[in-house]
Parts: sequence; structure tokens; C-alpha cells
Amino acid sequence: MPCPSCGVGDPTDPSAYVAVQSISLQTSRDVVMARQAVARALKSRGASAIRTTRFATAVSEIARNAIVHGGGGEITIGFDLASAYLMVECRDKGRGIADIPQAMVDGFTTAGGLGRGLGGAKRLADRFEIITEAGKGTRVRMGVKV
Amino acid sequence: MPQAATATILTILETKFSAIVEQWLGTQVKEGVKRSDLFSDSESRAQNAELLKAFAKGVRAGVTDDDFDLADPAWEDLRAVLADVTKERVSRGVTPTEMATFVLALKVPLFAQLQKTLPDNPSSLIFDVLMVTRLVDAFAIYTNEVFIAEREQIIERQREEMLELSTPVVELWDRVLTLPLIGTLDSARAQEVMENLLETILQRQAEVVILDITGVSTVDTQVAQHLLRAAAAVRLMGAECIISGISPMIAQTMVQLGIDVGTVSTRSSIRTALADALGKVGYTIQKNRDH
Repeated sequence: MPCPSCGVGDPTDPSAYVAVQSISLQTSRDVVMARQAVARALKSRGASAIRTTRFATAVSEIARNAIVHGGGGEITIGFDLASAYLMVECRDKGRGIADIPQAMVDGFTTAGGLGRGLGGAKRLADRFEIITEAGKGTRVRMGVKV
Repeated sequence: MPQAATATILTILETKFSAIVEQWLGTQVKEGVKRSDLFSDSESRAQNAELLKAFAKGVRAGVTDDDFDLADPAWEDLRAVLADVTKERVSRGVTPTEMATFVLALKVPLFAQLQKTLPDNPSSLIFDVLMVTRLVDAFAIYTNEVFIAEREQIIERQREEMLELSTPVVELWDRVLTLPLIGTLDSARAQEVMENLLETILQRQAEVVILDITGVSTVDTQVAQHLLRAAAAVRLMGAECIISGISPMIAQTMVQLGIDVGTVSTRSSIRTALADALGKVGYTIQKNRDH
């Protein structure tokens, strides 16, 4: 079901989404697998090169976040035939994000990175939603119109 | 039942050894897994005999009551021979199914021999058939594990080879280096690229370095950070760094990510970067006559 405020659906819901792939995220190689899977899914559905690159880069950011900050997780890719949206959901069981608005600000980093991943991912995706709870992990859902 | 559990099986393995090897080979031919195209008859026979000998040794020493574990020291010979045979077979292109069927084919001659030895004792026969099944199944499962481990080693080795292959620093002209990056730039590769590059700058007294990312499909914040760090290190060594091969896709993505390249020069193609680099070291490219 899409969230009423932002239109973000749940790609793990089999009644609404055609499952494309699920990838366990543990090492940097899995990040590559995830973004390649997303790029393949977009290309095969006729998305333009620029939209494919943009969304694959966004997926790369949140998948790496799940590994670096969340201690590993899982990413599920699903396709909504009705709205022609490709959605991904990235889950981790890390310590969660204490202050989302602060984490979205460019330049904010807790791991010595550029601090542009989360905000950048939001700008690169058409739909973006982040749900986090202290100590319980983080779930990011992103979508792109194909 | 100490010892008795495998007594008949052991007797068969000892007295009918050559017959079992021959029948094993015969079953492999019937199952279509002998691969005469990859192994000569004498090679196959020697492999089978060696495996069966090690198997018999394991049965003799490694089964107490009716329990066994292929990880025990008693089965060491079998594991060693199996590792060799599997390695040889993997390198010649045998599939996992063929390898497992190859081992499972051992059941046929063993069952046949048991039936001949115990024609009037169905309960012992069933007991021994069960024992042989468990032993050979464990043998086959272990073979598969060795097979997969061997494959994984090959994959890991290839990955390392690719890692090294993909970071060549090329001297384009006096004091001009280029480093064509291909694929993904994770932290391990970035580290290797950086070391390689800085070393070569020193050796060649380079003044301009072109980092070409035409072959990099995705530039996310981590890749960008590695690139900018490499550029900063190059500058610290007194050389100038040009990042080339920025496609329209990557340019747009980098802007949206909010990546600031600062004072690092960037070019869309390696061609313009090269012209630029040669200019910086005092050369111009001139057209020769009116071609």
C-alpha cells in the first residue's frame, strides 16, 4: 500500500509489486550487485541511461549506508506494474538514525565520508522515504518512475 | 555391533578390489560420466583405484559401531586423494553433477558384490546396503564440497588477478601519466590505485596525471571521495591531476549528489585531457603537412 503522504509503496508486498530480486548486503561487493541488479531491471524496462545511472547511484548510496552504518542488511527490488514504478527497500538492523533532518543535511557525516549520500539519494530518486528507530535499524524505500 | 557393522563390506573391498574398480568404471561409462574425452582409460582406472583404496582404509579405521564422520583423521587419505582428483577434474572442466554421479556410481558394484556374498541373509544384506549407502552418500557430499571450494578458489584468484590487471599506470609522454580506471572503485582498489599511482609519479618524475573514469559506470559519493583523495595526493607530490571521462550521466549525478570537485580539473574525454596535459608540460600537437 502506498503511504498516503508520499506515494511510497512497499516493494516487499507481493500483492502490489512484482518481485525482481532480493540481495543480502554484507560487503562492498554486494553494493555492486545491488546497483547492477537495479540498473538491469531499469534497462530491461526501457528506462533512459541517465535515469538508470541516477537511480543506480542512489541505490549504491543507501546500500553502502546499510553496510557501513547498519552493519549489513538486505535490499528488495520490486516493480509496480500499475504505476510503472521500480521500488527498492533497504533494511538494516543497525543503531538507527538519531536525527533524520540532520542526517539529510549535506556535509553531515559520522563515518568520515563526504556526508552527501543520504541527501543525494533523495535528490536522485523520484520517491523517497526513511523510517528509523533507535537501536532497531533503518528502512529506506526509494522509487523511480520507469 | 563393533566391527561387524562393516565386516562384510571390508571383506568385499579387500577380496574383490579389482572387480569393484572395473565395475565402478563400467557404471561411470553407463551413466555417461566417465569423460573419456578428458581422461585416458589408464588415468581413470588409476584415479578410481586410488580413491577406492583410500575409501577402504577409511571404512576400516573410521567407522566405529555404525557411526562415522568424514572429518575424522581416519579419513584423511580419502580426503587428500579426493582433493587431488577433484582439482584435476575441475581444471579439465568436469561439472559438479558429473563429479557427484562419478562417486555415487560406486554403489552399484558394492551392492552387486554384497548381494553375491549374502544371498540367503536378507536382513544382513539390507543392513550392509544401508551402511554402503550412507558411506557413499557422505563421500559424494564431501566431493561436492571439495568441488565448490575448488571453484571458489578459482573465482577468488581470478578476482585478484583482475584487481591487479585493472590498475596499470601508463606513461603517455614525458612527465604525463594516465590511469584508466575500469569497473568499480571500492576501498581496496582505491588504495591499490593510489599506491601504484604515487609510486609511478615518483619514478617517472611526472607533472600531469590523467585519471580516466570512462570505464567507471557509477560514481557515488564513495567513488567520488576516493577520486578526490587521489587527486589531492597527486597534488601534494607536486603534480597536477586531471579527471577525464566524465559522461553526461555522471556529471548530472554528481551535481545532484552535491559533490564539489573543488580545484581538480575535469574533462569529458581523455582526448581533451591529453591535449591539456601536453600543453602543461610544454608540447603542442601539430598537424603534419596537408593530409
